[in-house]
Amino acid sequence: MGVRQIGARVQRVEDENLIRGDGKYVDDIQLPGMVYAAFLRSSMAHAKFTITDITAAQALAGVYSVMTYDTLPSTLVSKTQLETYPAPIIKQSVCPDLLAGKEVAHVGQAIAMVVASSRHIAEDACELIQVDYTTLPVAVDVTEAAKPNGPLAHSHLKDNIAASIETKFGDVESAFSECDDTLKLSFKQHRGGCHAMECRGVLGDWQQQLGELTLYSSTQCPYLVRRMVSRQLDCPESSIRVIAPDVGGGFGPKAGYYPEEALIAIATKELRRPVKWTEDRREHFTATNQQRDQIWELEVGFKKSGEIKAIKGHVTHDSGAFLNYGLLLSATTLMPLPGPYKVKNLHVTLNTVYTNTVSTSPVRGAGRPNAAYAMDRVIDAVARRLSIDPADMRQINLVKNEDFPYQPGSKHRNGSMMTYDSGDYTGMLEMVKEMANYDGFRKEQKEARANGKYLGIGLACFIEDTGMGPYEGVNVRVDVTGNIIASTGASSQGQGHATVIAQVIAEELDIEIDKIRVESGDTGKFPHGIGAIGSRTGVNVGLSANDAAGQVKVMALKLASQVLDKREDELELSDGAVRVRSDSNQFITLADLALQLSPAVAGKLPEGFDSAGLEAVSYLSTDYMPHSSGANIAKVEVDVVTGGIKILDYYVVHDCGRILNPMIVDGQIIGGVVHGIGNAMFEQMVYDDVGNPMTTNYGDYLLPLASEMPKIHVSHIETPSPANPMGLKGAGEGGTIPAIGAMINAIEDALTPFDAYIAQYPVTPEYILELVDTEKIAAE
Amino acid sequence: MQELDVQMHVNGKVISGRVESRTHLGDFLRQSAGLTGTHLGCEHGVCGACTVIVDGDAVRSCLMLAVQADNCKVTTIEGIAEEDGSLHPLQEAFRNNHALQCGFCTAGMITSLHAFLTENPNRSETEIREAISGNICRCTGYQGIVSAAMEAAEKLANR
Repeated sequence: MGVRQIGARVQRVEDENLIRGDGKYVDDIQLPGMVYAAFLRSSMAHAKFTITDITAAQALAGVYSVMTYDTLPSTLVSKTQLETYPAPIIKQSVCPDLLAGKEVAHVGQAIAMVVASSRHIAEDACELIQVDYTTLPVAVDVTEAAKPNGPLAHSHLKDNIAASIETKFGDVESAFSECDDTLKLSFKQHRGGCHAMECRGVLGDWQQQLGELTLYSSTQCPYLVRRMVSRQLDCPESSIRVIAPDVGGGFGPKAGYYPEEALIAIATKELRRPVKWTEDRREHFTATNQQRDQIWELEVGFKKSGEIKAIKGHVTHDSGAFLNYGLLLSATTLMPLPGPYKVKNLHVTLNTVYTNTVSTSPVRGAGRPNAAYAMDRVIDAVARRLSIDPADMRQINLVKNEDFPYQPGSKHRNGSMMTYDSGDYTGMLEMVKEMANYDGFRKEQKEARANGKYLGIGLACFIEDTGMGPYEGVNVRVDVTGNIIASTGASSQGQGHATVIAQVIAEELDIEIDKIRVESGDTGKFPHGIGAIGSRTGVNVGLSANDAAGQVKVMALKLASQVLDKREDELELSDGAVRVRSDSNQFITLADLALQLSPAVAGKLPEGFDSAGLEAVSYLSTDYMPHSSGANIAKVEVDVVTGGIKILDYYVVHDCGRILNPMIVDGQIIGGVVHGIGNAMFEQMVYDDVGNPMTTNYGDYLLPLASEMPKIHVSHIETPSPANPMGLKGAGEGGTIPAIGAMINAIEDALTPFDAYIAQYPVTPEYILELVDTEKIAAE
Repeated sequence: MQELDVQMHVNGKVISGRVESRTHLGDFLRQSAGLTGTHLGCEHGVCGACTVIVDGDAVRSCLMLAVQADNCKVTTIEGIAEEDGSLHPLQEAFRNNHALQCGFCTAGMITSLHAFLTENPNRSETEIREAISGNICRCTGYQGIVSAAMEAAEKLANR
């Protein structure tokens, strides 16, 4: 034994089932007597409505129930969805009714729930429900909605501003007065939706005799769902078990609490039968949170040297119809400013604005890709103004190694000062330049332009706050068979957490990985949990798994010392047994030690042990948030005649501290980069001017495909975080955060001969053609 | 709604059932045959997650009605492994190359590639990328999948 596990490319324990088709997602679960739910959803973006007839739906053969706002049970704490993340700074919080009462605020908002013997019949019945709509003014465009006299997204509000927040440090006005020059830039950012390949799904199973509800949900946060359903239905948390089985991707929008989770719980309790709802793809476009629009207006002050002194500006953030996920997206937009760059004076305000579109919540990276994009666009704009190479411009402004720990001046959500713990930002930039042959490409670009080919190269540097606490606990138990059972509050949507937890425990206990069974995503298996969000799971479970396994090791050695009558320092734990170092024939297996700590009736616990079982739990977290970082380069070729963009290559240098499994980290980075490329070039949720969603399938809403994606070259540096004993930093979102900036900077770089300024993304071929001056092509 | 009898050979076994004419093949396989390894990602015929092999061709099971597959030979992900239960080279290569994360698109990727490489295993990277350009993966960025397909193609060519 003694095989190194941490840092090794260990194959995933999750894969065997998934490649054989033996995975178990919510929709794969069949329970006896199960019936199916479907929702009637609003076809209007903003309207008062009345349901005029449900009798035809009720009368349809196979229909079990038709539920509307009026027939929601009176035992609910509220018929309106409870706020998930309330905050005093929220000026006007609007959450949806579980089923809309009198007014609908976006196409797709649920109006009625039908439960029937098949999904087909449930959908047929939905079509039989008669609804009379009286349309109201519609707020679609966020800029219009933000105006004092803009159309109101909710008729009971005076304006659409849900909250105004800011980030402010330094002395912005005097810094501006000391600058050599200033420039203004504005741009629109559009990040699409979730688009996990598995849509959402909820299966409720109420057992009347036990008074227990089991709720299967394709959620990233089973404990949050348990808490919110418990509070909404006013039943104790202990009577609800939420299970997230195999989940087919999360990416943020599956982290919320949704009305459907409460409604399925209500339905199964009323009907005393298992009730399943599986979101279809159109519903995913109209009822699952997205991220969408932000309008940025910035002014930047700088020295002739390229040093950026001050930034001020305003962001208008499209919240969509409701604020059921609080201000997390808004806060994570401002908090990361000014990223890895030293800008000592900064003041940016942000308004969160209601519109009659689908609600928003974080999508991979949350607001961080937006903040990173803003900074990398600022850097390139100033570089162009000063005729400084964008790479040199970054070196001038990046935080230097001697600056760590570095406090940019911004504050974390919990009020503490943001602290960049460690890294090598300038070194990573040099490294990625070398990987991409940056200087060589500049020559190639010049020659290509002479031949009418437009090549571009774009840079982006970023930081990411990761590993957010307070905990994600792990319990490590030695089973009486000698197998190790690790149970955890962490849940997984494909990230490979079970593998990583098993690796950490295998290394600490010196045992084979296939002896370890990881149980997760089930509130019945572990008491507390937070959720798979914010690049936090690896850090938190890594620390807890290591700590809990360490405690188990201490217990095993102590007990073995009694049994074998040897001092602890004469013993070692390896390959499932505690052995005498000097005589490997003298040993006691972990299974036997576990049996001694789980005595049968009339047995007794060994001397010095007062709790049952060879097990320990840990909620060890990181002392403060470790910051991952990276430098990216994209290379593109733009066809100025067709507007087509070919991505030639993409380079990443990433630092997530000590790496637990490089194969899994590379997978996260590469997948994350492609998500960012999707944002930069493809993904666009389009509404018409009365709020009808125009892109509700993957023919209209484009996602990155294998045929368009480049080779993504990934390298790492490892600067261990001083914030925790294992030196860990998170890795789940670091691929996405810089990718949009690198891509747009590359595309704009290719269009330098046209003095193009890219003011929005995704950059479509049509938009490229708007930017390109065709007379200039002819002249060249 | 009219109900009809269907019978097909699925993964070497005869499966029969009575379905509404509107039942698509994907629902039939998942609900009547209990083969939940085939996943429905969009039911618009775009994402490719539900791909199965019908009489040798990769087919989107959400776009084919169960009654259209009457008397056909259907292979789903559950039928891809070798007869002795060991993994097919494609499955093995998917694991080796970290070609899956959440696993939801995996069945469709493997069945699409199975049909493509069975026709001819000598394929370039560009051809492989083109072959799976109708299969969406949100997790991996496709790189691991393409590597896995190349690895499997080489093994299959040498069989």
